[in-house]
Amino acid sequence: MKKIDLIKLPFNKQNPITVQVLGVCSCLAVTAQLKPAVVMALSVTVVVALSNLIISLLRKSIPPRIRIIVQLVVVSMLVVLVDQVLKAYMYDVSKQLSVFVGLIITNCIVMGRLEAFAMSNPPLPSLLDGIGNGLGYSIVLVTLGFVRELLGSGTLWGYPVMEKIGLYNIGYENNGLMIMPPMALILVGIIIWIHRTRNKDLQEQ
Amino acid sequence: MEYINIFIKSIFVDNMIFAFFLGMCSYLAVSKTVKTSAGLGLAVTFVLVVTVPVNYLINKYLLSPGALVWLSPRLAEVDLSFLSLIMFIAVIAAIVQIVEMVVEKYSPVLYNSLGIFLPLIAVNCAVLSGSLFMQERSYANIGEATCFALGSGVGWFLAIVAIAAIRERLRYSAIPPALRGVGITFIITGLMGLAFMSFMGIKL
Repeated sequence: MKKIDLIKLPFNKQNPITVQVLGVCSCLAVTAQLKPAVVMALSVTVVVALSNLIISLLRKSIPPRIRIIVQLVVVSMLVVLVDQVLKAYMYDVSKQLSVFVGLIITNCIVMGRLEAFAMSNPPLPSLLDGIGNGLGYSIVLVTLGFVRELLGSGTLWGYPVMEKIGLYNIGYENNGLMIMPPMALILVGIIIWIHRTRNKDLQEQ
Repeated sequence: MEYINIFIKSIFVDNMIFAFFLGMCSYLAVSKTVKTSAGLGLAVTFVLVVTVPVNYLINKYLLSPGALVWLSPRLAEVDLSFLSLIMFIAVIAAIVQIVEMVVEKYSPVLYNSLGIFLPLIAVNCAVLSGSLFMQERSYANIGEATCFALGSGVGWFLAIVAIAAIRERLRYSAIPPALRGVGITFIITGLMGLAFMSFMGIKL
């Protein structure tokens, strides 16, 4: 497989959320606003890329029976680092994300890529695969955050877009349903619908 | 009374799947038939009920600020809570491994029916978040923490069995081809989540 494919495929045919259905939990809970969604997306990308790299470097010396524990230790070390950095520099966002930063440890994307790719491939492709999957995850997260914040509270990154355009004066109302958690699921369902209508080979029988 | 309140609340109001979307990966991957999803639901409930009280004790006597006073009064300043993620996940992984070995030895029938799911539970977000929510909500004693764990497990069990039953029926309906499988499951879970929101604010 060409190296560029490792980064390109997760955006479309191998997207972690819409095709592999991995890492769904966090993608739903943190996307009510754009800012936490972007921060979460960046954190996950960093953790996936680095843990893929580290596990790939260690892959020949990990005994297969205890590999899950070894992977968990590496991943949780990285997540603790990310958590502490967020707490130090972006305290308000880290409060908003609450337990979901910690839950990156059990994010299925991380474990899934470690098991499926890093355990059997050399370091450089593993790093690229991690970055690709992290970005593929990010694009869905950012789309969800964008749509939900714009339609749900009429702002983008806290900036009152709808008010500036003047939509409220002609009778526009925010859609309160959009900030409710269940709406995230329905939106992901719709994204999958659009994606699979365009890619017929992904459809299930 | 407090125990029953926490138990009911964690089943319906704070349902792991419909209110927080935790454990969605295995929820989507395994919910094709009622039988296997009931097995996974039982396993998750069991692991939650074992790990949350253990992590509660670890949090109370090792990790929270000033928890080490029982060792020596000089340690009152020590705050190890930044270690809680690593400790919790290590405890969960170890307990899942032990449970797997015990079940394999004493109940091969149960082991065969759960087989593949047991090791996967270590990386189920519902289990880790059980411990993290326990820490965040600071329950008063170990009984409350156990009630919370049991309630969350039962809530997860109900959710996965319900969606599996719906998916079994869905096989006979005319769904747009692009929505078949995962897509429609997402949308149905969203609708069930909306229904579960009606439990919000209920107190016993």
